[in-house]
Amino acid sequence: MLRDVRLVALKDLRIEWRSRVTLSQIVPFAALVLVLFGFALDANRPVLETATSGLFWITVMFVATMAVQRSTAVEINDGARRALLLAGIEPIAVFLGKTVAIAAQLLVVQVLLVAGVIVLYGASVGQWVLLLATCVVATVGIAAAGSLLGALVAGVRARETVLPILLLPILAPVLIGATRAFDDALGSVAVDGWAWLGLLAGFGAINLVLGALAYGVLLEET
Amino acid sequence: MVRLRGVVALLGRFPALAGVDLEIDAREIVLVQGPNGAGKSTLLRVCAGLLRVESGTAEVLGHDLSVDRAAVRRSVGLLGHDTALYDDLTVLENLQFWAAASRVAPESVLPALDRLGVASRLHAVAVSRLSAGQRRRVALAGVVVRRPTLWLLDEPHAGLDQRGRDLVDQLVVDAARAGATVVMASHELDRTVDLATRHVTVAGGTITADRQVRAAEPGDHDAS
Repeated sequence: MLRDVRLVALKDLRIEWRSRVTLSQIVPFAALVLVLFGFALDANRPVLETATSGLFWITVMFVATMAVQRSTAVEINDGARRALLLAGIEPIAVFLGKTVAIAAQLLVVQVLLVAGVIVLYGASVGQWVLLLATCVVATVGIAAAGSLLGALVAGVRARETVLPILLLPILAPVLIGATRAFDDALGSVAVDGWAWLGLLAGFGAINLVLGALAYGVLLEET
Repeated sequence: MVRLRGVVALLGRFPALAGVDLEIDAREIVLVQGPNGAGKSTLLRVCAGLLRVESGTAEVLGHDLSVDRAAVRRSVGLLGHDTALYDDLTVLENLQFWAAASRVAPESVLPALDRLGVASRLHAVAVSRLSAGQRRRVALAGVVVRRPTLWLLDEPHAGLDQRGRDLVDQLVVDAARAGATVVMASHELDRTVDLATRHVTVAGGTITADRQVRAAEPGDHDAS
């Protein structure tokens, strides 16, 4: 199965590398959102510093929506989704492969966003390990939920608008948990970031299990 | 090879197949004809194990479709209206991906492209830059790579030039001679009528005519 996970993940990442959608559209979009938040709150610097974690993760949520849209579209546009079934790849391998590819893109964007909040918002990182662990663990949960919902809306006519409506509420626990953990990592609010990281890990595990169980059913034609 | 008895299949709530009885043996080349919306493509999708059988019994390649659709899927080659190619990957990358996914040796990709007359200068070209006919040829090469026992071809000549159409005809005959079965849905009767060993007409989700027009293709060993 790991072979197929790798096959699907590398295929998706190669498509992204060739199309440059992540680099030429998603990264500039994320940077733009960060800058606009900065413009909106710059007059009140203390508020901006306090809100940095939340703004960071809201931006990540927007970016995740775009990445999932893209990941879903490449399988639907020319019937590749059907061919995946015919090829005999286990649905769980497709799910995990697409999750890995989305997560990899999100992590690249987050590296740039962390640099962005340090430069633009004047944030200082007190606990790098907590910050990095939060990025990785939260990203797994986001990517798994995104992959699963992408498959769910694949057959829906207005999937571009339906996906964010479904995905963003489901990601609310990640937004809360990751923001709190980041607050601790940046030292902006006194909370126990590691406890919130545990919550994120639980959310990620639930989404991975749900995806593994449900993806096969969602991949099937009705 | 294919045994369908009273098969009903739904597209949404619409019964696209409404009680189909059909038996197809090895080396037959079956032309499925009928008007738009008759159920031709649905019939192919059911045979491929992609669409659930709501009622009736269906056995394909010795597998009961209500029990083991996955086994059927692995053994069929389906060319649908879509080409199942990733626009941003090259021709070669696409076929290498599908070969790896289907657990077929990557060495089979180049001969398949050659067989379909896909020029080597196109191998490193992104699929998005191909014409519709070239895409169709690459998709057919993808079917060849799988070396299926059951070929399911939906409008295989669509979008192809004269040379491409001739190649498809030869591909179909060769597949049947090698022991495979070919079921093709087509509106291009001038080409396919002579190619097929059997004509099946579908209308309103049922089979309205089924006529053997010539003997099944002799096997390669028969010819020698």
